[in-house]
Amino acid sequence: MTDTNGSLKHSRVIGTRPIRHDGEDKVTGRAKYGADYALPGMLHGKVLRSPHAHARIKSINIQKAQRHPGVYAVITGADLPEVKGVMANLGELVVNTHYLSLNVMARDKVLYDGHAVAAVAAVNRHIAEEALELIEVEYEVLPPVMTAEAAMRPDAEILLPELRRMRMASRVDPGKLEGPDQPSNVAGHIQFQRGDLAAGFAAADFVVEREFRTAAVHQGYIEPQNALAVWDARDHLTIYCSTQGSFNVRTLTASMLTMAEGQIRVVPTEIGGGFGGKTTIYLEPLAAVLAQKSGRPVKMTMTRGEVLRATGPTSGTLFRVKIGASRAGKITAAEVWMAYEAGAFPGSPFAPGAMTTLGPYVIENLLIDTFDVVVNRPKVAAYRAPGSPASAFACECVINELAEQCGIDPVEFRLRNASQEGTPQPAGPPFKKIGCVETLEALRDGEHFRSQLRGAHRGRGVASGFWFNGGLQSSADVNIHIDGTVSVVTGSVDIGGSRTAMAMITAEVLGVESRDVRPLVADTDAIGHNDVTGGSRITLATGMAVYNAAHDALRQLKARAAILLEKAPEEVEFRDGAFYTPGGAAPMPLKQLAAKLISTGGPVTGRASLNAGAVGAVGNAFASVCVDVEVDPETGKVRILRASIAQDVGRAIHPSYVEGQMQGGLAQGLGWALNEEYFYDERGNLRNSGLLDYRMPTCLDLPMLETLLVEVPNPSHPLGVRGVGEVNIVPPMAAVAEAIYKAVGVRLTELPMSPTKVLKAIMQKRQKDETEMAAAD
Amino acid sequence: MAIVVVPALLRPLTGGEERVTVAGRNVGQVIDDLERQFPGFRDHLLQQGELKPSIAVSIDGEMGTGGLLDRVKDSSEVFFIPAIGGG
Repeated sequence: MTDTNGSLKHSRVIGTRPIRHDGEDKVTGRAKYGADYALPGMLHGKVLRSPHAHARIKSINIQKAQRHPGVYAVITGADLPEVKGVMANLGELVVNTHYLSLNVMARDKVLYDGHAVAAVAAVNRHIAEEALELIEVEYEVLPPVMTAEAAMRPDAEILLPELRRMRMASRVDPGKLEGPDQPSNVAGHIQFQRGDLAAGFAAADFVVEREFRTAAVHQGYIEPQNALAVWDARDHLTIYCSTQGSFNVRTLTASMLTMAEGQIRVVPTEIGGGFGGKTTIYLEPLAAVLAQKSGRPVKMTMTRGEVLRATGPTSGTLFRVKIGASRAGKITAAEVWMAYEAGAFPGSPFAPGAMTTLGPYVIENLLIDTFDVVVNRPKVAAYRAPGSPASAFACECVINELAEQCGIDPVEFRLRNASQEGTPQPAGPPFKKIGCVETLEALRDGEHFRSQLRGAHRGRGVASGFWFNGGLQSSADVNIHIDGTVSVVTGSVDIGGSRTAMAMITAEVLGVESRDVRPLVADTDAIGHNDVTGGSRITLATGMAVYNAAHDALRQLKARAAILLEKAPEEVEFRDGAFYTPGGAAPMPLKQLAAKLISTGGPVTGRASLNAGAVGAVGNAFASVCVDVEVDPETGKVRILRASIAQDVGRAIHPSYVEGQMQGGLAQGLGWALNEEYFYDERGNLRNSGLLDYRMPTCLDLPMLETLLVEVPNPSHPLGVRGVGEVNIVPPMAAVAEAIYKAVGVRLTELPMSPTKVLKAIMQKRQKDETEMAAAD
Repeated sequence: MAIVVVPALLRPLTGGEERVTVAGRNVGQVIDDLERQFPGFRDHLLQQGELKPSIAVSIDGEMGTGGLLDRVKDSSEVFFIPAIGGG
């Protein structure tokens, strides 16, 4: 354990594994999720969704639905205000509010199968669904454009006539036109360039050039989106919802309804997963307008089918990668072209995909071009390290192939090129202290990588990944109660056990037990601003606010102890949960002091608010994985035999939850590698909008996932903490691809590496081998 | 004088120069000097007088808090890079 600010000489609580504070409520069913909430007189809302991927709305007739018994309100896009295209800064998100409004409900055009067209509020959801069937929509169907490749063709059908291809200094810089002033499906282009590419490739002994594709995948959170809206007599709106960021919901809903933020209170419920998918809004403005029209509270809950059809997955992608290396295993140059499908509106993670790929390596000569492309699919949303898993798949596969051509072990190849403190990131700025080398060494020295893999059709692969740590805004209150217990209040939704981490940090500073601290998540009116739970930032940045708030409380407590001990505050020391004065009276435990707060000035509340800076301001994360697979050469089915991950976690507050994050990301990466994809037919209709057909891995598909916690303290954090939630999903896909190659000799370049694709590659290889043997004979 | 590393797609504004020398004690003043030397630069970085929400600034390897008041030293190296989000 490293205490970078010197205030904690020995940790009593941090690094231990107490039972999580919300655990019992969750396993006994007491925890209340969004769909569990109900209010007197509450109506149920449902959404009519487009059956077409691309069509003009010629007319909508809602009269029959309005007359249906039990229906209280019917709305269409005409009931929502027109929202101008403002780029809203939501800390972690930058959102074009005009396009967000069009995504919440279509106006004159639908842009994907499942796009919201109208909504109904009725006494129950069955009547609401009946009413949806009575809404008459006349469409003029247009050809769908389903892939970035198709959308970038010069003759492609245009989705958004106002869109022009922009040259961008950043992802949504409306800066300058690139090329002729004509409509385009390309919303943005960013380039990172340094060094002399031609000279770099000329210096290479080996050059590998490949094309890769990855399928769009969903985050797979188990709890569908929901929202319950209620207005009070003063036209103030309260929204209960499952979200990763209640303050973002407030900002975005206010923007969609042209309201002041102060008129809206958002109460975050318990959340059943998000992985980035709940950092935006879908139902909240609709529930609010239905509630306003009907004069009743309105609750809306998506079905699984709606979640898959109409909420943001991640992007499908296309990559062209060329990397050169010297015989000694030094990378001499890299050129990467990448296109990210944004879905129906601009805003794919095409920038972070470019900013992270090849981050683990020192590369002097580099050119990366990345494009944001609209297609007739749901608008993408964030998904765990947005953009990075796909770009890492492409580049890490090429790194593995280069290592083989150089005749160098793939971990050793990576170590020869590994980024360290001072290495320029792909976007330019230098890394601060990072643990890239240490994760590779941990993997190399781990029992898994050193073990022998035996058996036919079995192979082992490794890969590395890089992702940022979030910073942004957080607030925390620490309340000292009269019985000596403590509550710590933040506005950061707890999606992965962060409440317990907040309690542990508080307990560490105040010298109490973790169980004596009650961690709470407050609504938007009850606590200072907290940005979204995402970007691996909560234990990191909100944890920093909690640490500061606990110290603020401690400073006040010392002053109270000084009154009782009849000393100056600066003479009071605090250690082991008690207040001391040199040569003074017997130590005063915090509990004893707490009982005297009333007589020494009243309640003690420690407070802290901070802006920890942009994403990447307070740290960076690296991970490397090792995967063993067995391939059935007759069916193409790939079985994961063993998988381990080494990750630089800075300092693990609660190691079990850190391990859980690492295992979760690795599991999602393995699913992305082997199974998950959206199937659209030629008309652009999603054909697998249920979890039976959208194949996420279950515990039956995976072995125990092994974790290696590497602790390279983050110099920008008082406790050395790094964000741990995302980087673990970055490397698995390329490691699986390499393992398949080692098992059966075929290099897969498309995700998912489903049995069909693996078998096809095996059969092509067999045919090629037979042809070559015949020619040799 | 600080050094600004020019984003690749904006290098036509600087005649292809990757690194340019600028005066200024904070990000706002640095942008003012960029605009003075290379007209058109400001429009890429500012929106209604503030740094665009989509842009982050790295100063000597430290990411700023997003404001024009972030301090810049004479020896500083400044990058304008895309702001990003996570999941």
